[in-house]
Amino acid sequence: MRDIASILPLRVDSLAFEADGKSLLGPVSFDLPKGGITAIIGPNGAGKSLLLRLCHGLLVPTRGRVNWAVEGGLIAGRKRHAMVFQRPVMLRRSARANLQHAAMVTGAGRSVEDALEGFGLTHLAERPARLLSGGEQQRLALARAWLLEPDVLFLDEPSSQLDPGATRQIEAILERLAAEGVTLLMTTHDFGQARRLARRVLFLHRGQLVEDADATSFFAQPRTEEARSFLAGDLLW
Amino acid sequence: MDVTAAFSEAFRLILGADPKFLGIVGLSLRVTLTAVLLAAIIGLPLGAWLAVSRFPGRNLVIVLINGLMGLPPVVAGLVVFLLLSRSGPLGSWGVLFTPTAMVIAQTLLVLPIVIALTRGTIEELWREYREHLASLGVSGIRAVPTLLWDGRFALATGLLAGFGRASAEVGAVLIVGGNIANYTRTMTTTIALETSKGDLPLALGLGIVLMALTFLINGLAFGASRIGQRFAG
Amino acid sequence: MLTRRIALGLAANLMLAAPAFAQTPAPSGRFITVSSTTSTTDSGLFTHLLPIFQAKTGIEVRVVSQGTGQALDTGRRGDADVVFVHARAQELKFVEDGFGVERKAVMYNDFVLIGPKADPAGIKGGKDIVAALKAVQAKRSLFISRGDKSGTHSAELNLWKAAEIDIEKVKGPWYREIGQGMGAALNMASAQNGYVLSDRATWLNFKNRGELDIVVEGDRRLFNQYGVMLVNPAKHPHVKKADGQAFIDWLVSPEGQKAIADYKIGGQSLFFANATQPGA
Repeated sequence: MRDIASILPLRVDSLAFEADGKSLLGPVSFDLPKGGITAIIGPNGAGKSLLLRLCHGLLVPTRGRVNWAVEGGLIAGRKRHAMVFQRPVMLRRSARANLQHAAMVTGAGRSVEDALEGFGLTHLAERPARLLSGGEQQRLALARAWLLEPDVLFLDEPSSQLDPGATRQIEAILERLAAEGVTLLMTTHDFGQARRLARRVLFLHRGQLVEDADATSFFAQPRTEEARSFLAGDLLW
Repeated sequence: MDVTAAFSEAFRLILGADPKFLGIVGLSLRVTLTAVLLAAIIGLPLGAWLAVSRFPGRNLVIVLINGLMGLPPVVAGLVVFLLLSRSGPLGSWGVLFTPTAMVIAQTLLVLPIVIALTRGTIEELWREYREHLASLGVSGIRAVPTLLWDGRFALATGLLAGFGRASAEVGAVLIVGGNIANYTRTMTTTIALETSKGDLPLALGLGIVLMALTFLINGLAFGASRIGQRFAG
Repeated sequence: MLTRRIALGLAANLMLAAPAFAQTPAPSGRFITVSSTTSTTDSGLFTHLLPIFQAKTGIEVRVVSQGTGQALDTGRRGDADVVFVHARAQELKFVEDGFGVERKAVMYNDFVLIGPKADPAGIKGGKDIVAALKAVQAKRSLFISRGDKSGTHSAELNLWKAAEIDIEKVKGPWYREIGQGMGAALNMASAQNGYVLSDRATWLNFKNRGELDIVVEGDRRLFNQYGVMLVNPAKHPHVKKADGQAFIDWLVSPEGQKAIADYKIGGQSLFFANATQPGA
């Protein structure tokens, strides 16, 4: 028996998704071991968000499997992977009530007050969540995910709607979470962000995993033609 | 016909606090509010369920309920009358020509409005919340409490629409209540009666009071929902 | 039907929590339901009679006022304990068919022909209702008919018959059947300056007269007899036999008859008690 049970590694095995007979993703295979930040990059429509949703279980794959080390990614009956969406979904309640709701429906282990404090939201606790700024909302979404004690956190373009100041705050939080041992899998269209944060890069193009590489080497020497022209700023078909 | 006379009649009714008049107003409010409450208890969960579930024939059900929003009160009254009559299937309840029968008829009138507006409101909210709630492991019917709570201010508007329909209608309550003096006589049936007696100032005066009450209740509900919304975002 | 049960139970509870539903409930909680005609309610007779009866017996009387035909139907369905209407032939048939126990004559009032002061048919001041109706038909003057199967409506039809006019055949735009109560018919006559047959009581209580006035009255053929019947408990076992009978007995008793005779508007009696008159 392990000290701290973990749902990792995640094994994505020949994962494919079709809609109306059209292939939108895959087949895609990769492993996600414990630790670090992995960035999924690629042009719009490459299937980045789709891949995250399949991994998180929001969509059912047409073929292939998402294999967690522990069945269903559950530990003691609780799902130990969480997701933060591109546009954070804020319930029509106060910031604190948003956290309380998540805690209530999942039976989460962490305390709402710790979440408020840890993400710099204590002074905003009673404010209606939907009236917070974009950066504050994203922080609240992260706090809400943190509350669930996730081993893995899926992030879909976590700062695409934010100004540089707020982006910096969010990135600092992501690095802190990674340092605390949370494994992060995030999509981003911002190379700079991938470069700043990611240890590993998955480059997706037209539903295919074209490159799976160490971040430093990916940005220095992309192996494929597609990655090279993408990094050069060309439009990819 | 003198409009001034109608207004002075309206003021006389309100300021005079005539117990008979207050009884009529009280009965009207109690019947209508009870009907709206019942329709809310049944219709809110049903409408929300309809919003989040998918089953064959769902579209047909939606069309049917939307159509029932236009159910003529007289028809609703007649159906309830036939059900509750001593010669009808529920005759043994013995509630025809009682306020209970009026509540049943009005509930029937308000229910489609509540269900349809709830479905619309909740479906919109569901589209927005769906992935987040699914991510938290909450899907389908289990999402209903969250959705109802977060849609509460929009849903209040639906209930108000139902209240408006119930408080304004005369056809159904007249048929199933029988307009019995001091017992099932409401504001609208009194207006109909006074009109038939040719006492138009009194009828219009009552109409003014009814309008004023409707404005008051709508105003209070609107204010409450605005204040609530400010705190809930 | 479970939800229905729950809903009903809830409604009942809410009502219990709000006892002011009946504003003048009988302290005993005893009540009967009487189906009667619009004229008895619109004329204010019941407002005068019922408190006297309730004070004496402790029985609350709930009156549902409808057209005579509808009031008899309500009795037939068992939705009332007592039927109190004015259409002798229909009443006797009601009893004959076993829906009522026994018909008792209570009182009569009279009909009056109402018309505009301008009097286009030229019949004002007459005493002969048949001659007046013939003139209305001949001149095609506007006539408002209840057209609602009520006692007043059937009385009107009988009068056309007495005038040897086949109204079904000769009726045209001048003859308007509105299918509504007495008050509505009077309102329409007032608005359009037409002739209309009304019971005197409703007319005396009617406030929106405009240009209208009585044009013909006093003809014996205008008298209108009221009868009362207990709905047959053998057909509808839930009928409140004792309390319903108590109301009927009181109506035809000397005390009830006096109460009826005492009801006046502007010094005029509206109903003439005649329970003891043979053949009424």
